[in-house]
Amino acid sequence: MIERLKGLQYAPDALDRTGMAELIVQAQGLSRRFGRRWALAGVDLELVQGESFLVVGANGSGKTTLLRLVGTALSASRGQLRLFGLDPSRDLFRIRAELAMLSHQSGLYDDLSAAENLSVVARLAGVEDETELWLERVGLELRPDPVRAYSAGMRKRLSFARLLAQRPSLVLLDEPYGQLDPEGFDLVDGLIRDLAQGGATVLVASHLVGRAALHCDRALLLHEGQPRWLGPATHIVQAWQTLHGGVNS
Amino acid sequence: MAILRKDLLIEWRGRSRLVALFCYALTFLLLFSFAVGPDASALQKHAAAYLWLAVLCVSTLLLVQSFQVETEQGALEALLLLPVTPTALFYGKALANTVFISALGFFALPTALVLFDMTPVGPTWMLALVVVLGAGSFAAPGTLYSALTARLAAQQLMLPVLLFPLVVPAVLAAVKATSLLLEGDPMGQLPIWLAVQVCFDLIYWSLCGLLFSRVVEA
Repeated sequence: MIERLKGLQYAPDALDRTGMAELIVQAQGLSRRFGRRWALAGVDLELVQGESFLVVGANGSGKTTLLRLVGTALSASRGQLRLFGLDPSRDLFRIRAELAMLSHQSGLYDDLSAAENLSVVARLAGVEDETELWLERVGLELRPDPVRAYSAGMRKRLSFARLLAQRPSLVLLDEPYGQLDPEGFDLVDGLIRDLAQGGATVLVASHLVGRAALHCDRALLLHEGQPRWLGPATHIVQAWQTLHGGVNS
Repeated sequence: MAILRKDLLIEWRGRSRLVALFCYALTFLLLFSFAVGPDASALQKHAAAYLWLAVLCVSTLLLVQSFQVETEQGALEALLLLPVTPTALFYGKALANTVFISALGFFALPTALVLFDMTPVGPTWMLALVVVLGAGSFAAPGTLYSALTARLAAQQLMLPVLLFPLVVPAVLAAVKATSLLLEGDPMGQLPIWLAVQVCFDLIYWSLCGLLFSRVVEA
């Protein structure tokens, strides 16, 4: 695992995984190159069922790349990845049935209403359509107008509803607090907590280090694509300050 | 079928785009008649070619649009992260595109007949069959290439550059079959051209279905 990091004190792994639930994510030397540049290099990661894990780092540090690799939206240039004990190159369909990802883009159809967007997801994911319940969970009302008319924050909330509709076992949240109001921040906090308590493994990438750390078990600090620190989420602010010298909320 | 339903619903919600495309097809046909001039026999002689050229050109815009909807808000990536196979996605989208291009053909055909002052000799259902087969032969490779060029800045230019050479044989078969139905078939050639259309459809639909996963997962 990642330790003995230059300029950073080693923080021991907070989770003793012996006898714990099954491994959901296993990554060894996970790396991705875009052209000549390594966006991510040599990440080792093990996430168990029900764990919430935070990934932090400055812009371009490789957070999104890591989430997209784990989310099977990208393939690794080097290293190994197993999800739910399965190889993504062989069991992609089975893996994707279990994971959901919230990315920078909403993934919604602008011409459709919120209910229609969620119905499409429910139909394709093969789950029962519980549109009103999902919308209520993210603080939205059932409205007939198209998503095009929604504000950025409302779109973000609807993206969360879309994610809930998939009933995932592995949840990947890329900047979940982005575009949301303070009430929305509380919503995200609650969702991270509830998903993890419900048995889902949650991987969060966020710039709101202090806030996200309150709801995560462990954290990984990335710097220019390299893993620089891995340890309990409660220590991540200290690790960040050691690396960057600044204070993050 | 869920993908097909989704695409039909999206187009229904944004139907003003379809209306604009139908008007574009009408403009195309009008331009052909203006370019040829008042010589009605020349227009009638090449009516099938003008009709299919109009359908092909307008179809490319329709095909570009079909993947713009998917890439605008990252919906394609979100769709692929659902338990949906790329093959199912291809056939759903290609079927939806076939429906739209067929609708375009069903609009353009009677419009051309009125503009060029023609009455078809062959049965109407045969003309409808030729339109659907022609639409299918544009929709399958069009869907594949639309996905291939979806992330390019010059998608609207690249799609016709890639698509047109590939569908030349299908256009030829559609023009010949339509021409025989409009002007008469004294030599009984129609079944051959219909068979050619069916063959191209089978080849395009099977090959493009196989290649699609490589395109979207790349």
